[in-house]
Amino acid sequence: MQYYTLLSLGISENVALKDSVVSNAILGLVCWIISNVFYYYRPKGTKYIYVIVLCLILSAKYAAIIRYSFFKLISNDLIYQNIIITSLPIRFAFCFLLIGCMSAISILYYNQQDHQELIERKNEAEKLTRDAELSSLREKLQPHFLFNSLNSISALTLSKPQEARKMVQQLSDFLRGTIKKNDDLTNLQSELEHLDLYLEIEKVRFGNRLNTQILNDGESLLKLIPPMLLQPIVENAIKFGLYDTLDNVTIQIVTSFENPYLKINISNPFDPETAHPNKGTGFGLNSTQRRLALLYSRTDLLKTSITKNTFTTTILIPQTT
Amino acid sequence: MIKALIIDDEPLARSIIVQYLLAYADIEIVAECGNGFEGLKAINEHQPQLVFLDIQMPKITGFEMLELLDEMPSIIFTTAYDEFALKAFEANAIDYLLKPFDQERFNKAVDKFLANSQTQNHQQKEKIEITAQQNNTQNERIVVKTGNKIKVISVYDITHLAADDDYVNIHTAEGAFLKNQTLAFFEKNLNPKLFVRVHRSYIVKIDQITKLEPYDKDGYLIILKTGEKIPVSKTGYPKLKAVLGI
Repeated sequence: MQYYTLLSLGISENVALKDSVVSNAILGLVCWIISNVFYYYRPKGTKYIYVIVLCLILSAKYAAIIRYSFFKLISNDLIYQNIIITSLPIRFAFCFLLIGCMSAISILYYNQQDHQELIERKNEAEKLTRDAELSSLREKLQPHFLFNSLNSISALTLSKPQEARKMVQQLSDFLRGTIKKNDDLTNLQSELEHLDLYLEIEKVRFGNRLNTQILNDGESLLKLIPPMLLQPIVENAIKFGLYDTLDNVTIQIVTSFENPYLKINISNPFDPETAHPNKGTGFGLNSTQRRLALLYSRTDLLKTSITKNTFTTTILIPQTT
Repeated sequence: MIKALIIDDEPLARSIIVQYLLAYADIEIVAECGNGFEGLKAINEHQPQLVFLDIQMPKITGFEMLELLDEMPSIIFTTAYDEFALKAFEANAIDYLLKPFDQERFNKAVDKFLANSQTQNHQQKEKIEITAQQNNTQNERIVVKTGNKIKVISVYDITHLAADDDYVNIHTAEGAFLKNQTLAFFEKNLNPKLFVRVHRSYIVKIDQITKLEPYDKDGYLIILKTGEKIPVSKTGYPKLKAVLGI
């Protein structure tokens, strides 16, 4: 179009062609620059005035290039010089409109892309949280324990319906305590009561293979402890004690108050030949260790010891008051 | 009369199968066992046609127990948690009962067994192949039979494994134990951070290696802490180099 306009104004074919090609090439270059600029920088909020200013500057530069270099570059013809000067405002305006549109389009496009990316990232983050929640829920509910307990209840319904009902009650109380969201400290007594529900259910499941011995010095019962802290440790003790030996198993829990600590010892027998308690401390102990570290900023509160065929976990809970 | 055996570490779980089996007058329960060792003994003693088998039990799992059997009875797995379901079906089990199950579901499994046993009477069942990948505890230990005794070997006690015809010789500080299995199976199932296959016939435990000596033209020999020498093959050498970081 530019070419035909120039031709109609009496410019030679050669000059018109050169002018069109070079000026449009420069325009293209400017557009490319501006879209790249907005790839890295986009005005925030209402600062679109900068965009307009930038477009104006670039258009002015474009006009200046044409004004001062085209004479030398393309033709020294007087008519052509005249046309250049008179057409300058038009070229300026055209350039401004073009790169204005270009910037608007690229800003919209890149914003859209950013938005998309943001949504994707958000979805991914949400998915990760969901997965974490789900696996923590699964841990809490311990499907293996739950379904085996239900199976025991199913067996009891026919032979001993009274006991079946009692076990349903215990299982419900235990589950209610498990899913309760409560991070406040509780006293040892209520923690032990919750633990007892769990142990009673396990005793029904395993019959006389499982015995428990819970000893306390009286004073310790009123001391404070983070809720559900002992549960995974006792589960661990049962896992090693009951699942890894063939004999009857006694799990011992001894609590005492040794100022300023509440001290809890949980011990279980294990078979030194097959169990490797040192190799993997097991999920239960790792998470307890982490929890204690978060709560008290100390990593020396949980210790384990092995004597012949007894595995003992010792926990110290600092009492602040 | 069909002889059946129940193996489960929970007495109530056994009692429910006893209750359900009352519906079948021609199935007799010959024994109830609380773990895999008792189960193994009872199977050899009574030769039952049908075994109800729990998977997670003390010491050795139901799968590990089956590995030690020479002749396979029909198996109905009973378990609480379904992470093993696929494996059980790979193990050619008759059925797989998820606890808790009701009489109806139980009957379906037993009827399937009855239908099966009529069509293929006393056929030698295929040896159950178990891929232990999903089960962490199985990767940590290997169960072998030595004479009448069952030995549970922790993988941490192994120095190396050597192929020996259809068997694999598992070498530990306490001696060597034979297991009816292929070396390829162990290569697949042992933790690659602990073990490396250096030869067609050898897998070594990485932390047992003390020295690597040149041997022949371009061969190498591994010297273990125990002093034993293990040859390294041409294909084994790059693998060994990779795990040792040299």
